[in-house]
Order: sequence, then structure tokens, then C-alpha cells
Amino acid sequence: MSTLWAAIVAVTLASAAIKAAGPILAGGRELPPRVNTVLVLLTPALLAALVVTETFGEDGHLALDEKALGVGVAAVALALRAPVLLAVVLAALVTALAPLLG
Amino acid sequence: MRNDAGRASEGYLAGMRAGLPFALVVGVVAISFGVLARSLGWGILAPIVFSVITFSVTAQFAVATVLGAGGGVFAAIAAAVLLNARFLPMGMAVAPFLKGGPLRRALEGQTILTTSWALAIRGGGHFDRAFMIGATVPQYVAWTVGTVVGVLANDIVADAETLGLDVIFPAFFLALVMRELRSGGKRTIAVTVIAAAVAAALVPIGPPGVPVLAACGAALLGLKDRSS
Repeated sequence: MSTLWAAIVAVTLASAAIKAAGPILAGGRELPPRVNTVLVLLTPALLAALVVTETFGEDGHLALDEKALGVGVAAVALALRAPVLLAVVLAALVTALAPLLG
Repeated sequence: MRNDAGRASEGYLAGMRAGLPFALVVGVVAISFGVLARSLGWGILAPIVFSVITFSVTAQFAVATVLGAGGGVFAAIAAAVLLNARFLPMGMAVAPFLKGGPLRRALEGQTILTTSWALAIRGGGHFDRAFMIGATVPQYVAWTVGTVVGVLANDIVADAETLGLDVIFPAFFLALVMRELRSGGKRTIAVTVIAAAVAAALVPIGPPGVPVLAACGAALLGLKDRSS
């Protein structure tokens, strides 16, 4: 039981510290232009990594499953300039229905 | 001043509305967290306190998974910290748009969630601070309430995965990637491709959390002189 509470307290403090670090380090002052460019480029880098890990990452390996199919359908919809909401709903529908069809 | 305040409160409200659909998903995930925690013998208080003070979907599941598998407290903490390490680059990206001194910025940084952060992206590296804070509010409420529901009614079957709900997050992030690619230059494309490749390469090797963190290294291309 005390193990659990130790983990809860430690994870809470670590989480808060991580979330505080970025705003403290990179906020409230003029940054050199190159550093600024890196910060701007962090956004597409993070997004791309999140797409890959959340679409294909499955318990430590890459998997092609219903989720990949759903995201693939969303990609096609987005490439055809569908609204974001429609693409996301399509992805969820395909992912939920694919196992029933397969 | 009044206009500024008015605009900011509009931003909070718009953010809260934008966060609502994600809050629904977060609520379902929270119920499954409560059910899982209860099944691990965590009792009622600990999982609820955990959700209220930590509010980190991935970190809390990591702790439950590691401790549930018989892992030690340090392994559980390490897994959670690695998974949450992505909040460091996210916080750096949003930092120039937060208000006040270091303490206030640190507090505003606590509202960073992956979804809220992504919802607040305004292109060209800009972020809508009020929108991000607003979007976090309904998700925090849903996470807390969902955990309570899951812990108290532990025979509820709520699995976001079987409902096809967990695909919402990568599909939404993909939409944002494509927006970044359309508005960005060659360097944005290069960073995106490298980051995706690094993440994919590290998923089978690195512990969870490391692929996303390492992929952020692609942004260092920004240190090079602009050629395109």
C-alpha cells in the first residue's frame, strides 16, 4: 500500500516538474532566432511522432491493425480536404466496425 | 484592457467547447482506469486521489500496468516519467505564449495536455493560450468523475479500445500534421518525415515514451541556416 502511495506522490511531483520546466526555461524572454525556429519545429515533430506511436505502436512493437486502417481512412479523407471532424469520425467508425467485418 | 479580458474569456470558452468531445473519450478511459485500479486492489481513495492530483492518463496507466505486473515502485515511476517527458518539448513550444513570471508560467504549464496543446496550435509555431487552458477544463472534470465512476462501479465494462475510440487521437494529430505540412516549408516536411521515422524505428527498441522524445530531436534541423 505504501508502495502505491510513494508512486502516486513521486509521479505527481515529477509530472508537475516536467510540465513546469518548458514554460520556465523557454518563456518570458526573447530567444535567439535559431532557438525559436527549433521551438516552432517541435510542433510538427511531436505531432508526427504521436501519430506513428499511437497508430502503429502496440506494446513495444509496430502493428498494422484496425487502428491503422482507421487512421489510413482519415488520411485519405484529409487528403481530399474533408473537414477534421469528419475525418476523425470516419477513423473511429472504421476502427470500431473493422473487426465485425473481418 | 476590457477588450483583452473579453477576448481571453472568449478563448477559454471556445477552448472548453473544443475540449468537450475529447472529454467524452477521456471519461470512458477514466472509467477503465478506475476499474483497473480497483482490480489491482488499490482501494477507492488512492485511484481517485491519483487522478485528482496527477491527471495524466498515460502516466497513471503506466503505474497501474507496472505495479500490476509485479514491478517495483522505481520501475513504475520511471515508466511514468518517460511517458510524460513529451510535456517538456510541448511546454517549450507553448512557453512564449504563456503569461506572467516563472511561477505563473509554471502553473499555466500544468494545464498542458497532449490534446489541449494540439487544439491550441495556430500555425507557424503560434499557440492560443486561453484556448489550451479552456480545453483542459472539461477533460480534467471527465478524468476525475470517470475515475470515481470506474472505482465505485467496478463491474462496468468500459474499454475505449473496443469502441474504436482510441483511434480518435492519432487521427486528430494526423489532421494537424497535414495542416502543418501545408503551411510549412521544406524544412517542416523534412522534420516531420525524420520525426516519424525515428519514432517508428524506436517503438520496438526503446521503452514507451522514448520514441516520441527522441523524435523531437528532428526539430534541431532548425539550428541550421535557413536554406528554403
